[in-house]
Amino acid sequence: MKITFIAADGTTTEVEAKEGDSVMHTAVQNDVDGIIGECGGSMMCATCHCYVDEAWAAAVGGQEDGESDLLDCAASEVKPTSRLSCQIRLRRELDGLVIHLPESQL
Amino acid sequence: MDRIIIIGTGQGGLQMAASLRQEGFSGEILMLGEEPGLPYQRPPLSKAYMANGDAGALVLKPASFYERAAITLRDGVRVTAIDRATREAICADDTRHVYDHLVIATGARNMRPPIPGLQAPGVHELRTLTDAAAIRAALAATRHAIVVGGGFIGLEFAAMARAAGIAVTVIEAAPRLMSRALSPPMSAHFLKLHRDMGTEVLLDAKAARVLVDGDGHVSGVELADGRQVAGDMALIATGVRPNIELAEAAGLVCQNGILVDGTLATSDPAISALGDVAAFPGPLGQSIRLESVQAAVDHARHIAKRLLKAEIAPYAAVPWFWSDQGKYKLQIAGLLTEADEIIPLAPPDGEPATLLFRHGRLAAVETINAPGIHMAARRLIGCDIQTLRAHDFDLKAAIKAHA
Repeated sequence: MKITFIAADGTTTEVEAKEGDSVMHTAVQNDVDGIIGECGGSMMCATCHCYVDEAWAAAVGGQEDGESDLLDCAASEVKPTSRLSCQIRLRRELDGLVIHLPESQL
Repeated sequence: MDRIIIIGTGQGGLQMAASLRQEGFSGEILMLGEEPGLPYQRPPLSKAYMANGDAGALVLKPASFYERAAITLRDGVRVTAIDRATREAICADDTRHVYDHLVIATGARNMRPPIPGLQAPGVHELRTLTDAAAIRAALAATRHAIVVGGGFIGLEFAAMARAAGIAVTVIEAAPRLMSRALSPPMSAHFLKLHRDMGTEVLLDAKAARVLVDGDGHVSGVELADGRQVAGDMALIATGVRPNIELAEAAGLVCQNGILVDGTLATSDPAISALGDVAAFPGPLGQSIRLESVQAAVDHARHIAKRLLKAEIAPYAAVPWFWSDQGKYKLQIAGLLTEADEIIPLAPPDGEPATLLFRHGRLAAVETINAPGIHMAARRLIGCDIQTLRAHDFDLKAAIKAHA
């Protein structure tokens, strides 16, 4: 399956992703700039903040328990489509997912 | 400055290299590390990795990152000396590498208590991927694991082993668990949580020697008072010591770590140190050494800003720590040192938390399964107690009110 990351400056990167992985993990393992994931997905840091593309928002779903508390501490603007990418697990239905990256994570 | 060498390829060493590029360094970056392979995350070794065995998932950055960022990674290489006069790092294979600036990120190694029998098969320690893989391989045949040391690593392992149906006994020399990291009420709470998981916890219990069976394999641990704990596997998790030998031999000032100033420079301005190995000025003026991902990566960013942007503001990042023990995520913001007032919080629908104050200011906050409160706490360290009392110690409300 594929995911497309669109950076704040418009740079687009399409990567091959694995079902079951998180979006954060996929970005980090594919060397996509703009996702840090400092705590490795432990819901500790809010440095994997992303915006789910509007067209995919419903399929991905909303923030999970505790996520909004962490996003309150995110470095960039929080929008209704904001998610912690470590909390988005890739399912078959998300093949082709488009993720926008914030300007800064720190 | 043309060439920066980083000794150590842990998370701090890698962050150092990445931050140098982020801050605009265009010279050569050479990472020298003893461990084989790409830098990886250590925290999951006692957690996710034990469950899934996926070593690939631990890798911090793929090989393509080093290529793209022009970072030369030489793994499996031991640096044996630093020649400060010629500014060279000298490796075991006799290669010499000249630096303009050197960053020491050699981390720490496990402390081994001076007791007989540690060489017996079935005795493990946990710091590296190799250690973790050996433990994982041994677990399938383990019926009773003995954990020497009731700190983060030992208790994370204990919770994981219990979940896998293995009997566990934890032997802790201090009168309470995680005594270096937690307040007494939080230690007491975790004692109950672990006992409820079915773990036998022995406090004030000092391991005296490892017992072996006829084949020489571990069969138990004998305590200083003569009691014997039977088990077919032992994990020694009694803390770490910083890897300062290189720095010491090079004449750098060391004191429970490589001593650095507020800008994280050592006693030689051409050398910095970061992470587990660095003893840096803490909030109370004394030098402190932290063993955490947070310190390693924040130190790295701070050093990069000094070297590239000439920023010399003293390092003052709020420390934070976490430990996943079974279904409990323990988080600590700040430092407990010299706390003189503890406010326990007992939410009706959740796990307890504690706020610790020093001279009327918030010094540290311990939470369980409450990442939101933890994140608020990280921003509120130093806040005065009256302000927080006005919000009934609801940290999230206090943040909102003062945002």
